[in-house]
Amino acid sequence: MQRAFPWHLIFFLAPAVIIYTVFSAYPLLDTLRLSFFTDSESGERSFAGLSNFVTLLGNAVWSEAFWNAMWNNTQFFLIHLLVQNPIGLGLAALLSLKGLRGARTYRTLIFLPTLLSVVIIGFIWQLILSPLWGVSENFLYALGLGHYFDAWLGKESSALITLSLISVWQFIGIPMMLIYASLLSIPDELLEAAKVDGASPFRIFWRIKAPLILPTLGLVTILTFVGNFNTFELVYAVKGALAGPDYSTDIMGTFFYRTFFGYQSQLGSATMGATVATMMFLVILTGVMAYFYLVQRRLTRYQL
Amino acid sequence: MTPSFQYQQKARMGLVHLALLGYTLIALFPIVLVIINSFKSRSAIFNDPLSLPDTGSFTLVGYAKVLQESDILLYFGNSLLVTVIPLFLVLLFGSMAAWALSEYRFRGNRLLALFLAMGIMVPIRLGTVSILETMVSLNLVNTHLALILVYTAMGLPLAIFILTEFIGQVPTELKEAARCDGITEIRLFFQIILPLVRPAVATVAVFTMVPMWNDLWFPLILAPGDATKTIQLGVQQFIGQYATDWNSVLAALSLAVLPILVLYVFFSQQLISGLTSGAVK
Repeated sequence: MQRAFPWHLIFFLAPAVIIYTVFSAYPLLDTLRLSFFTDSESGERSFAGLSNFVTLLGNAVWSEAFWNAMWNNTQFFLIHLLVQNPIGLGLAALLSLKGLRGARTYRTLIFLPTLLSVVIIGFIWQLILSPLWGVSENFLYALGLGHYFDAWLGKESSALITLSLISVWQFIGIPMMLIYASLLSIPDELLEAAKVDGASPFRIFWRIKAPLILPTLGLVTILTFVGNFNTFELVYAVKGALAGPDYSTDIMGTFFYRTFFGYQSQLGSATMGATVATMMFLVILTGVMAYFYLVQRRLTRYQL
Repeated sequence: MTPSFQYQQKARMGLVHLALLGYTLIALFPIVLVIINSFKSRSAIFNDPLSLPDTGSFTLVGYAKVLQESDILLYFGNSLLVTVIPLFLVLLFGSMAAWALSEYRFRGNRLLALFLAMGIMVPIRLGTVSILETMVSLNLVNTHLALILVYTAMGLPLAIFILTEFIGQVPTELKEAARCDGITEIRLFFQIILPLVRPAVATVAVFTMVPMWNDLWFPLILAPGDATKTIQLGVQQFIGQYATDWNSVLAALSLAVLPILVLYVFFSQQLISGLTSGAVK
């Protein structure tokens, strides 16, 4: 017996699959392909093998800019990891305490900045940290720390760290919420049993709760990693495409943008842009694979 | 309980509230500061940034300037257009695909699900070079349609992933009963399944909408023209131009924050219960 052609299957799947394929999956593959091509001055495109990669990593000017952006981006990520996760964990631990009043209000308010546009957040902090306005300077003076104030966003030594902390401030809501959810999902009986056995709250946290939220911390880390290595808006809004001072805040996103569209005397190049995008893809792919193979596999998922 | 134990307990809770209240202030202070100062005169902004506007310092001069000197209302309209239409398409096409993936067994089902899920981890931005070339060849640069198509593709993977989970939980008996009545598969989906998963669709809607509304990258690259400029791009360029005019800058920032603030007031519970779903049942 011949089965009827599954028209309904086509009907349900085709729109999503076509749009996703044409405007997301294909462009990604095509970008990887373009990284092996080069455009002549007359606009003709020809196969160039690995020469774009040789230029990017071998040419002194290109490779310095590339590794600068890569290292800055790594620092950007590490600051997130070291500041965002502990604060998020701390907030989540406090919010999940039994009998805490107003937990709903706290979490709603603390999550708010996460929803706002990075561009707007960047400008807001730029104003607040501005020596012209002096809000933060006066604030530090009130705390007796006034002489520590500096134009942090304008200095080569501190601009990247300041931008990273602004980003941490904005996105703290995500680790907080995800960890909070996983803390709430720990059954009460487990905690009660430990309490009856005489375990201190501190011990309960480290011995029972911490291992159970480890998978969530892994998830938060990989989400942060992917987000950090393709972000662009914050640096672009605060420091512009040139990521000053002297490229000290240049990250992969801004480097990609400049390579693709050009800046000052340097002409933009689609194929070199594709090459930078390919390198970003490899970095993100490595991170995601490492997460799935190392973290995800090793972590024991406790059946609750 | 002994009184001293109760006292200790109370003191401990007090410290917890202090810590949470402190962080809440850190989270809200910058936003509140910008909004209150956007209603103040220039001298009050600089001389007394922390005070609320009063009769002496209250002014709307910044807002007036933003509305006069920029097409901010047009930019709002553009943002709304390139957020609401893709949102609708993502929810419609995403739930249809999620239904097909979770309901029907066919060859390549799991492979297709994996292919679609890849878009969750691999950012669509990495394909920008090729997306721009496609849009140029389709003559879509500086059109709303370019952003609508890209945002739909951007939102689909996560939507399908989450909705597949929820649609898979619809009881089999319900579907079988409907099929016994001779209903077509398409009517079964639209009349029975879709209304059932409405809460999940609402959660996905919030997740999908925020990145589209807040995006700067694609408007900058695909639709930087005046007629299609979104609010993020418009505000970014306005501030670049009027950087020294603090009233206008603060007003522009406040206006850009406003829509999300209003939406959050109405939908925060929905969003947060979505984020913590599975935990709070």
